[in-house]
Amino acid sequence: MANELPKVPVVIVGMGWAGGIIASELTKAGIEVVGLERGKERKTSDYYMVHDELRYALRYEMMKDLSKETLTFRNTEKMRALPMRTYGTFLDGTGVGGAGSHWNGQNYRFLPYDFEIASKTVEKYGKNKIPDGMALQDWGITYDELEPYYDKYEKMAGISGEEVPIYGKRSAPYPTKPMLKTPVLEMFEKATKKLGYNPYMVPSANLSENYTNPDGIARGACQYCAFCERFGCEYGAKADPIVTVLPVAEKTGKLDLRTHANVIEILHDGNKASGVRYVNPVTREEFIQPADVVVLSSYVFNNVKLLLASNLGKAYDSKTGQGVIGKNYAYQITGESSLGFFKDKFNLYAGAGALGMEIPEYTGDNFDHTDLDFIHGAGIRMFQYGNRPISNNFVPDGTATWGKEFKQTSIKYANSWLKVAVQGASMPWRTNYLDLDPTYKDTYGVPLLRMTYDYTEQDHNLTKYMAKQTAPIMEEMGAEIIETTGSLEPLDVAPYINTHNTGGVIMGEDPATSAVNSYLQMWDAENVFVAGASAFPHNSSFNPTGTLGALSYRSAEGIEKYLKNGGSLV
Amino acid sequence: MANEEKDSKISRRKFVKNSGYVAGGVVGGGLLGSLLGVNFKGSEQTSTAPVKEAKFNQALMYFTRQADFKTLGAATERIFPEDDNGPGALALGVPYFIDHQLAGSYGRNDQEYMQGPFHDGTAFQGLQSPLKRHEIFMQGIRALEKESQSDFNDSFTSLEGEQQDKILQKFEDDKVKLKGVKASEFFDLLRSATLAGAYSDPLYGGNEDMAGWKMKEYPGSQMSYINEIEEEDFVEMKPSALHEHL
Repeated sequence: MANELPKVPVVIVGMGWAGGIIASELTKAGIEVVGLERGKERKTSDYYMVHDELRYALRYEMMKDLSKETLTFRNTEKMRALPMRTYGTFLDGTGVGGAGSHWNGQNYRFLPYDFEIASKTVEKYGKNKIPDGMALQDWGITYDELEPYYDKYEKMAGISGEEVPIYGKRSAPYPTKPMLKTPVLEMFEKATKKLGYNPYMVPSANLSENYTNPDGIARGACQYCAFCERFGCEYGAKADPIVTVLPVAEKTGKLDLRTHANVIEILHDGNKASGVRYVNPVTREEFIQPADVVVLSSYVFNNVKLLLASNLGKAYDSKTGQGVIGKNYAYQITGESSLGFFKDKFNLYAGAGALGMEIPEYTGDNFDHTDLDFIHGAGIRMFQYGNRPISNNFVPDGTATWGKEFKQTSIKYANSWLKVAVQGASMPWRTNYLDLDPTYKDTYGVPLLRMTYDYTEQDHNLTKYMAKQTAPIMEEMGAEIIETTGSLEPLDVAPYINTHNTGGVIMGEDPATSAVNSYLQMWDAENVFVAGASAFPHNSSFNPTGTLGALSYRSAEGIEKYLKNGGSLV
Repeated sequence: MANEEKDSKISRRKFVKNSGYVAGGVVGGGLLGSLLGVNFKGSEQTSTAPVKEAKFNQALMYFTRQADFKTLGAATERIFPEDDNGPGALALGVPYFIDHQLAGSYGRNDQEYMQGPFHDGTAFQGLQSPLKRHEIFMQGIRALEKESQSDFNDSFTSLEGEQQDKILQKFEDDKVKLKGVKASEFFDLLRSATLAGAYSDPLYGGNEDMAGWKMKEYPGSQMSYINEIEEEDFVEMKPSALHEHL
């Protein structure tokens, strides 16, 4: 029998970036908040032994325990979906800080074009430019409307970067200067400039210099130690909820953060939620937490799963195209790159998660698509993450993959390969969606989320086009051997790609085609707010966290208004 | 300094060679061993070899039969052989690394979704075997021996290197049938576990003396590269392991 707890104004499900930002803003405004986190408590003192590639990168120390819960996957509706039994194309975070603790820190804004993509595409290229089946939608907010929230988020996190003239207008410069330009990044810069591009240092949450944010949080600069993605930052240099928004919320005394609190149901009467039911995964005790406002910020997958499993909102039906929960699931198109093997050795053991350069010319609609068979674009970029030895075994094609030749060649090139990579935008498709699996269940008896996803013609065409742009850059950089990949296989759930999953509870102007409004307030339940990249109607070519952060600040403002006045915010 | 390091590497290799089957012996230790002057099984050592200390964690916590462990060792050595760059899987302690991993959460799939029903998936749906990793390894290793007996009428550990490669290649190419898992899936696990053993922090029992890292000129666990990150020339650093952080 569940233990019913006293009612609170706000309960937040998930203590990552979205939940952390909202908790911080609401508690600063004096509102009592309960934060429920399924995983464990986490502090920088937990990162004492963090420089351990095996434990963190290969054994997924910071990720969700798949034995308790995973998702099922199929490429098309004709296939039987099967569980993702091991990691994994994407890595779900867990614990306080969520994926905001193990991210790389590449922190962009989306383009003005992104927020009005459907209208702008029709306006410029005509209706026929949007192929049948592509579920392209405007976001219900413009870049200019979101800009102040981007600014607020970036100042909180201390984003390091430099302005790009062809991107959206900024109300203020980046709070901190760009990361250090290393010799290999200088090579990329020189090569791309020679080819007529305007490369820029990727905006970074790794912190290029010591910084004190408007909340009074002081953090030290990045040490380029090369343990970012899949790792926590022991210096607190990488922006992470546990060193930014959560300490601020905790200091107010208004945040009751409960770890090992796995929410499995939203309680509601069809119009409004009354609270949530959660289980302690360790003791298996059950609790009911009543609240005036329920905020879901438990990652794309869990936000969708909780709504569907609780039967809140109208589930998406791919046959009719009706319904909204689970629709417009999108990802990131990253099949294309040029790998270059060099004669010289570089200090590639050093690096940082967001230490990179990119060219802006092929992003969004910044190049003419009239004669192209795809819309949107990609960032062409090079990073110096810092190569870790278990995973760093790149050898030229035709080399044996084990044995004497492999060993010799992989050692030879350990510090001598660079990659010009492409990160492409992912457009939503009617047949790419999330729903509940009919067969498989999690450890609490709730159906697993089922993903139906494959790359589309749009993605294949974008890939081919972008791959062609990478090879000349690598040639200019002087690689001895260049290998260009320009084709996409069907999405494979086994090898890691990235965790840029988006959509499923999308924002928009119309309750018939979107689940939440521009404050991330549910159309079908006014006291439920669903925060995170689940709100993105499509995914841009830029990493999602910056936009997720901006939307979370806006949502917090909306929740505050709602607590005062009630009703729909738009 | 650089020369000294080179010399000790050479003598170490020579020692490895002289002592025969390394994984069953007591090779390794390096600097610490020579400082302490512990002379374990001293009669086997030449005067040029560094003195070794006993390594009590080089014992088996998963495998029960020596024969299985030796087959594993021989297979990992073919995947990551000793060469001019430095030690192979055996001298790096990789078989012990794998043994220890199989005894723990990796081998038991503690963090994996292992609920049925089990169905064969497409090539894009990931590993769908109902077997846990330790069961895959055990079955695969016994199958290596069986194939070796049937193809060459001899034990896998007694075959010539090239013959061992032929057997391993059959697994990689799915020309051997295993139960509940593909031979290529076993081979992939074996390959990735071998590399993990060669290059993970020495705390796990592989990458002995950080020799895996030294071959790649990888500095291990350093707290900061702020002084190296902008250097044009390659900066060689003395590697450091997690042990030094305690």
